[in-house]
Amino acid sequence: MDDRSPSPLSLAFPLALVILAAAVVGTFFLLDWRLDVASEHGRGVDQMIFFLLVCTGPLFVAGHLAVAWFVWKSRWRDTPAYLPPSPRAEWLATLIPVLLIGAVAEGGVLAIGMPVWGQVYREEPDTLPVEIVGKQFEWIARYPGRDGKFGRTEPTLIDDVENPLGLDEDDPAATDDIVVRGALYLPSGRAASIRIRSLDVLHSFAVPVMRTKQDAVPGLVTRTQMRPTTPGKYEITCAELCGMGHYRMRGYVNVLTPEEFEAWRARQVGWFE
Amino acid sequence: MEGPSGGLVRMSGTHAAGGFWTRYVFSRDHKVIGIQYILTAMAMGLVGGALAAWIRVQLAWPGSAGISPEQYPSLVTMHGTLMIFFVVSLALVSGLGNIIIPLQVGARDMAYPFLNMLSFWTVLPACPLMLASFFVPGGAAAAGWTAYPPLSALKGAIPGSGWGQSLWLLAMALFIASFTMGGLNFVATIFNLRARGLTMMRLPLACWTYLVSSILGLLSFPALTAAAIMLLLDRHAGTSFFVPSGVVIAGQVQAHQGGTPLLFQHLFWFLGHPEVYVLVLPALGIAFDVIAAFSRRPPHGYRITVWSLIVVAVLGMVVWGHHMFTSGMNPYLGKYFSVVTLLITLPFAAIGVNLVASLWRARLRWTPAMLWALGLISAVGTGGLGGVYLGNATADLHFHDSYFVVGHFHFMIGMVTLFGTFAGIFYWFPKLTGRLMNERLGRLHFWLTSLPMFALFFLMHLQGLRGMMRRYYEFSQDYVAPVLWLQPVLTVLAFVVFASQALFLINFFRSPFRGESAGPNPWNATTLEWTTPSPAPHGNWPDETPSAWRGPYEYSRNGNESDFELQSAPAAPGVLPSKR
Amino acid sequence: MDRIWTFSTLVIFGAAAVLAAASSSGRGESAGTSPMIGATIKGKVVFQGKAPKDRKISVEGDKYCSSCNPEGISTERYVIGPNRELCHVFVYVKKGLEGRTFDPPKEAVLLDQKHCVYTPHVFGIMTGQELRIRNSDDTLHNIHATPKLNAEFNFGQPKKGTEEIRTFSFPEIMVPIKCDVHGWMSCYAGVVSHPFFQVTNASGTFELTELPAGEYEIEAWHEKFGTLSQTVKVGDGQTRELEFTFKKK
Repeated sequence: MDDRSPSPLSLAFPLALVILAAAVVGTFFLLDWRLDVASEHGRGVDQMIFFLLVCTGPLFVAGHLAVAWFVWKSRWRDTPAYLPPSPRAEWLATLIPVLLIGAVAEGGVLAIGMPVWGQVYREEPDTLPVEIVGKQFEWIARYPGRDGKFGRTEPTLIDDVENPLGLDEDDPAATDDIVVRGALYLPSGRAASIRIRSLDVLHSFAVPVMRTKQDAVPGLVTRTQMRPTTPGKYEITCAELCGMGHYRMRGYVNVLTPEEFEAWRARQVGWFE
Repeated sequence: MEGPSGGLVRMSGTHAAGGFWTRYVFSRDHKVIGIQYILTAMAMGLVGGALAAWIRVQLAWPGSAGISPEQYPSLVTMHGTLMIFFVVSLALVSGLGNIIIPLQVGARDMAYPFLNMLSFWTVLPACPLMLASFFVPGGAAAAGWTAYPPLSALKGAIPGSGWGQSLWLLAMALFIASFTMGGLNFVATIFNLRARGLTMMRLPLACWTYLVSSILGLLSFPALTAAAIMLLLDRHAGTSFFVPSGVVIAGQVQAHQGGTPLLFQHLFWFLGHPEVYVLVLPALGIAFDVIAAFSRRPPHGYRITVWSLIVVAVLGMVVWGHHMFTSGMNPYLGKYFSVVTLLITLPFAAIGVNLVASLWRARLRWTPAMLWALGLISAVGTGGLGGVYLGNATADLHFHDSYFVVGHFHFMIGMVTLFGTFAGIFYWFPKLTGRLMNERLGRLHFWLTSLPMFALFFLMHLQGLRGMMRRYYEFSQDYVAPVLWLQPVLTVLAFVVFASQALFLINFFRSPFRGESAGPNPWNATTLEWTTPSPAPHGNWPDETPSAWRGPYEYSRNGNESDFELQSAPAAPGVLPSKR
Repeated sequence: MDRIWTFSTLVIFGAAAVLAAASSSGRGESAGTSPMIGATIKGKVVFQGKAPKDRKISVEGDKYCSSCNPEGISTERYVIGPNRELCHVFVYVKKGLEGRTFDPPKEAVLLDQKHCVYTPHVFGIMTGQELRIRNSDDTLHNIHATPKLNAEFNFGQPKKGTEEIRTFSFPEIMVPIKCDVHGWMSCYAGVVSHPFFQVTNASGTFELTELPAGEYEIEAWHEKFGTLSQTVKVGDGQTRELEFTFKKK
């Protein structure tokens, strides 16, 4: 093979890398990837993602440009001499970019990420208790009613048509429980403490616009918290493969103003009333 | 034969070449077994790729692919399983590992040639077993390649959880048995059969990555074995490891009591995360070797890379929970796993930086292998940065199970591993066949595969940012509408990638007969495998096995006449290789 | 280790083969004597007591179903007429036809999914008779039958106008069928090996005709109120009347 005449690839390849890096950056400006956000912690999640985009973007570009530059420079080199750097120089050359990436990764999660994580999982006082239950392939919401207590449920009492959660009529706490198929009603401005259950397989309660995602695990009660900021109707999806209907296991979060929410709640009738 | 560790060395390589059957079919020759693995992986890769193309048709034009909603999860599951375990693992780890390791350490064969043969013949029946599941009642396993129970445990939960899931588990058990035997062989060979003078710090980086990868595999696969057996028992013997009480499927209360699905997730990811490194690290090692040979200089920071590999492996064993941030495990664990996961960026970035820096003051040779290795740098950089998002528990609240994840892992265990495999095949092909692969076809294959793949998987990240969920049969949600127009674009890209593999197949099967003939060292490379004629004979070296007198990457040293020095070239006449 | 896996593979393959054979062979229906003009058993099904309230099912989580049912959906369980006639009761001959065989009719039973409701809500079907399952909705339905004796089936119909055909091999009272995508959608199939069955309509009446003379046990089945049965003897050309009175369980 002839090493003397530079291959056209030593021009094409760096060019391709530069175009690639530019295209990647460009798509972020051209594509409509930004999703609305309607919860308080959701804004934090977005800040976290934004921080990462702003920090890793230049790293991505720099990496590609570095490869392109080295490749481009190699075009004029045909002397076989190579001077190995001193071990110290080698360490430095590696360590500096590594520390930079480390600082972005760890700094980001510790400074921005973890406080938001806390907003989601550290239980606040005066939250609105609600329950959302996943089953193939439906989301069912439940409110504890006037007594503030969720009534007992029994798997053996489950009847998809008339009693999808298996509420126990003999439990007085269950009488005034409010059950809504496919829709969760929440007031804006107040944190909702959401207990999540599953009746059959794994599901994941995901409200993309709220940046909320929490698996529904049979046999466990999982919990997440969100404080909706903007009234509106937002889609619930399922984010854990649960069967053939996974893709259309839907529902809505209806965020109402506090007054509307109280009015809505007053209209509801307990399950055994 | 020389070598200090007596028994093992003498044992290996003593098997005779034999007749046709023992030479090419039930062969104990590591090179033949390596090719057998690669051919098997190619066949499975065609199925896995066809599945991907089929899935993409459904995603681009819902309803037109003849896939029903209950078949769709089966196709997704099988695509993932085939690609991860039966294509990448077999081609890159078992296949190329088998070919490279004994040659690079200067051994006549693997430490346990019979075990090596057994390992291949254990995984081979797993392939038809896995594919047969498409034809059993209910179809193939449909619970995802992760096989999360209760979906995978309860027959009524999804049609694929009938016989398909049982076959899946059996095939996986065979695969794990095979992979474990292979890993043991790799570790034993690298530790015990190294040539005289080949100290650990003179080991080529490809061997280092195979060593680290094999140890990781040996430590982590038993967890999946246990999980698979427990799941089989849950399905067929009435136990309840993973299924809790009171599960109601289609109105029927199930008899299981007292298990927890989270246990399976922990066991699965205890394997699943290290498995990523099992696959990715060898690709990086190959890239280091290839880049060194074609940039005519030693890789930057050999020692830093080796130690980084080890740190990646150690950390990789204790971060599995970052796949489970939203699984319902204790949120404090989420914090731990997030912080430790992101620590991996440090050693991993060091490896990446060293790859890039290896090009500094280089003098490049534009072989297809080099193109793949350079493409790998871009892929591993982009994929690695994507990992910074996903290791972040807070950001994962948005990204978990979205197309961002799909894009990310296709970058890492799709592109990086495939690029490494192609680089390796181009690079070592002459050593196996005595001939070179066609460079023009190779270059065309590179461009037609790498650029569409990059675009395809990168755009998936953006769909994920928009909140598009994975494993969806179709998307009717309003909030994803603005990125849905990309679906047909991605499908076309996927088809280009799939179709362009024909170029590789043509090249691969034609070159052994038509290729330009290669001398013992067509690349003027330095490591021990280039000291034997091409193709390497049975027993690898016609006469004595070589000794190592120097490091693996003696390129372009000042004052040398040629721009490379073989590892086996004595430092000075009469001086013995240094002690191991 | 390997031997265990090989062994278990063989066992499971063997079991799979046996199971597949069992489920596909079914029962061969021998051509039987067709009944002559014979006896008739007819009557009425009524409900006594305070009817349970029919809880409207709210379907607001599903865009399509709520658009065609803005007021919610009836459970169709407690359809009781002004004179207490009970609808959706499956009445059939439980005993008395042993030893006789009947050919299934050529025409299929149609199970339609329209406006996110199954029509009919309760139906009878003969073993071997075709069940034609149609989706008339522009949304995904899945049809999940959970029988105890027959083979379970579960498939999706993502598109409007798709049809699938299934048959049952063994008599079974009753086979529950439901849609997992729309949990409230449920219906029941009474599978029998003879043509003497009927489902009551809004008038609560039934009529089983062309029965051979003999003594029969007639059973009435309701999805919430359980079963009632009566034994009756009819001669050729005779007509006997029965009344079933369900009470709240």
